[in-house]
Amino acid sequence: MLDRNAERGAGDAYPGYDVLAKWRGPSWNEKTREVVAARLQVGDTPQFLTAEEFEILAAVADRVVPQPCSRSPVPVAGLLDRKLRAGVLDGYRAKGLPRDGEAWRRGLRALDAEARARHDRGFAAITDADQDDLLRRCEAGELDAPEWAGMPSRTFFKHRLLRDIALAYYSHPTAWSEVGWGGPASPRGYVRLDFNDRDPWEAAEAKPGREADALRTNRNVR
Amino acid sequence: MSDDGRHSPRARDGRAPDVFRPGGWVSMKEYSDHEAVDFVIVGTGAGGATLACKLAEYGFSVVALDAGPYFRPLEDFASDESEQTKLYWTDDRIVDGDNPLQLGSNNSGKAVGGSTVHFAMVSLRFRPEWFKARTKLGYGADWPIDWREMWAYYTEVEQALKISGPVNYPWGPPRPRYPYRAHPLNAAARALARGCEALGIGWTETPLATLSAPRGLAHPCVYRGFCVTGCSTNAKQSALVTWIPRALSAGAEIRDLAMVGRIETDANGLAVGVHYHRQDKWRFQRARNVVVAGYAIETPRLLLNSATDKFPSGLANSSGLVGKNLMAQANQAVWGEMDEEVRSYKGPPSLAITEHWNYEDDGKDFFGGYAYMSQGPLPQLWANTQATAHGLWGARLVQEMKRYNHVVGLKIVGEMLPQENNRVTLADERDQYGLRIPRVTYSWCDNDRRLIDHSIAFMSRALSAIHAKNIWVQEDDTCHLNGTARMGDRPDSSVVNADCRSWDIPNLWICDGSVFPTVGGANPSLTIQAIACRTADRIRALSRLGEVNLN
Repeated sequence: MLDRNAERGAGDAYPGYDVLAKWRGPSWNEKTREVVAARLQVGDTPQFLTAEEFEILAAVADRVVPQPCSRSPVPVAGLLDRKLRAGVLDGYRAKGLPRDGEAWRRGLRALDAEARARHDRGFAAITDADQDDLLRRCEAGELDAPEWAGMPSRTFFKHRLLRDIALAYYSHPTAWSEVGWGGPASPRGYVRLDFNDRDPWEAAEAKPGREADALRTNRNVR
Repeated sequence: MSDDGRHSPRARDGRAPDVFRPGGWVSMKEYSDHEAVDFVIVGTGAGGATLACKLAEYGFSVVALDAGPYFRPLEDFASDESEQTKLYWTDDRIVDGDNPLQLGSNNSGKAVGGSTVHFAMVSLRFRPEWFKARTKLGYGADWPIDWREMWAYYTEVEQALKISGPVNYPWGPPRPRYPYRAHPLNAAARALARGCEALGIGWTETPLATLSAPRGLAHPCVYRGFCVTGCSTNAKQSALVTWIPRALSAGAEIRDLAMVGRIETDANGLAVGVHYHRQDKWRFQRARNVVVAGYAIETPRLLLNSATDKFPSGLANSSGLVGKNLMAQANQAVWGEMDEEVRSYKGPPSLAITEHWNYEDDGKDFFGGYAYMSQGPLPQLWANTQATAHGLWGARLVQEMKRYNHVVGLKIVGEMLPQENNRVTLADERDQYGLRIPRVTYSWCDNDRRLIDHSIAFMSRALSAIHAKNIWVQEDDTCHLNGTARMGDRPDSSVVNADCRSWDIPNLWICDGSVFPTVGGANPSLTIQAIACRTADRIRALSRLGEVNLN
C-alpha cells in the first residue's frame, strides 16, 4: 500500500499533462498520427503467443514496469506480442539466444517451470515477492531448468526480457505523459532550449506547494 | 499503414522519389541489367552516395543499389522511436567475443542514404597525426594518405553539406570558416560547457550536418530532437537529401530494395557485375567496375560470400585481412541529474563537444583519443539504458524514468585499436535472401580499457563540478564500425590502396568506413565522405591515363 501511494505521488510530477492533447496540433504530423493510432488500438490479447504464454508475459511485465491503478494500464504484453508477430528484430543476437519469438516462448515457459518447481504454481499465480525473487535469479543467471534448453537465463533477461518490456512500455503515450516528455514534435519542434526553459506546448513540472499551477498549465497544453 | 516505400521499389520506370515534395517524383536515367555500366555501387550511404554523385558528375555511367527503401522524409517519417526503427539494419546477425557489439540502431542503416538518414550529424575532421598513427603516435597503422590532401576534401564535404559550426574551431590546424552558423546551445550542451570550464579545458559548438539557415527547398532545423530516428523536416543533410539528388541530376540510377548477394568474377579474375535481389527475383547487373560500399559488416560479408574456386577465401582477400581489424568506437557515458530542468530531448542530441583529449597527449596512459559530447536520449532509448545498462527494473525503473527531464549526460566517441581478432566472419545460418549471415566478434584490448577508464573518470569529474547528483556510469556501449578492409601501401598488409582500389582485382573498389586503418576519437562520417570525394578524383585521373577498366 505504501509503495502504491509513493508511486501515485511521484506520478503527479506533471499533473494533468496528456501528450495526446496535442494530437491535432502542429506537433503531430500525419505519419505520426497514423502509427500512434495503430498502437492505441492494441489490446491485451495475444496474436503471436499462446494464451498461457501471454498470461506469464503479462505477469512478468507487471513486475518490470509496475503501473498505478489510478489510470488505464498500458497493454505492455499486447504491444510486445505485436512486435514479435511483426518479426521486428534488434539487428543483433547474442550467441546462445535464438531469434526473438523463439527466445520469448522458451524463456516464458522456463520461468513458468521454475515457478512450478519451487511453488507448485505457475509464474502468474505466485506472489509478487516470489515473482521478483525468480526474476532476480534469472537476472543473475541462476536459473537452469531443462526448459531453458541451453539458453542462458541471464542473457535472456538482459537482452530480451528487460529490453523488450522497457521498450514496449515507453512506446506508449501514457508513459510519455508520465515522464513529462514533449512527445511527437514535427513540424513544430521547440524554441526555448535553456535550463528551466519551457515552451507553452511542453509539460509543466509540479513544484512543491504549487501543484495546482502545473495542473492548470498542463490543461492548456495543445 | 500507408505505403512508405518498404514493400515495393519506388525508383523505377524512369523516376525516383523527390525527397523535397510529398508524393513528388524526379526523373531518373535507367540502365538495363545486361548493359554494362562503368560503375555499379553497392550501398548508398556516406561512401556510396558520395561516390555515385561525384562519378556521375564526372561523366561515368553509374548504378547504385541499396538494400533499403527510398523514403521521402516529409511524409514517411513519424516522430516515433518504434516506427523509425525501420531505418536500421535489423537483419539477423550473431555477435560474440568478450565484449559483443550491440548493432542495429546506432551503427547501421538500411535505406537509400544509409546510416546518414539517422546519424547524429556530428561532422568532425580527424586530427592530422592520426593519418600517420604508427609513425607519429606509435600505435595502430599509418594511412597511405596525407592529412593535407584530406584537409581539402574535408572542406569540399563541409561545403556540400552546409555544415553549421563555430566561427573558430579550437583544435587542430586552421580550417575554413564553417559555411553555416552554429546552432544555439540547449541546456544539455550548456552543462557540458560548464563542466569543461570548471576543469579548465576547451569546448565548442559541435559542427553539425543540420541546417541553421534555409537551403534550397530544405528548412532550418526546428530542434524537434528526433535526429537519430530520422529527420522529418529535411534539415538534416543526409546523403538522401544531398548527394543522392545531385547524383540523379547528373544521370546516376538509384535502385532501392535491391540486396546484392554476390559479386561475379570471370576467368581472368576481373569483376563483371553483381547479383542482386529485387522484386522477388535474383537479377544480374553487368558492370565494368564494382564498388562495395556496404559499411564495415556488409562489405566484408559480401566479399566473403562472393568466394569462387579462383578466390576461395573471398574476393580481394589475398592478404587474409578481409573482415579483420574491425574497429568500433567506445561510447561510454556518465549520467547525472540536475536540480534544474534540462529537457535534453530538445534540439540535436550533441550540440556541444570537447575534443580536448583527442589533441592533448600528456596525462594519458593509453594510445589514441576521445571526444565527448552532450546527450539527448528520447524516452525509449533512455528506458533501455536505465534497464540494461543501469540494471533498473520494477518500481526503481519507473521512478527513475520520472526524473527524465532533469537528466544530463556526457558520452564519448573513443578510439579503439585495430586487432585482427576483432572480425566479421560468416555464420552457417542464412537470412531471408538465403545468404549466410555475418558473425561479428569483438573484444576490448587493455588499451581500450585504459582509454575508457580515463574518459569515465574525467567525465565524472566534469559532472561533479557542475553539481550533478546521482552520477552513474554506462560502461558497455560502442558506436560506429570501421576497418574490415583496410587501406595501405602494401598488398600483403592491406586490402585496398590509397585510391580504395583492391590490390587483387583492379576493377573492384571499396569505398566506406571499412577502409579505415585506424578510427581516431571522432565520428567517421565526414572522413568517409572526404575519402569518397578523393576516390572519385583519383578514378577520374586514372581513367585519363587509361588505368581504369572502361571497355
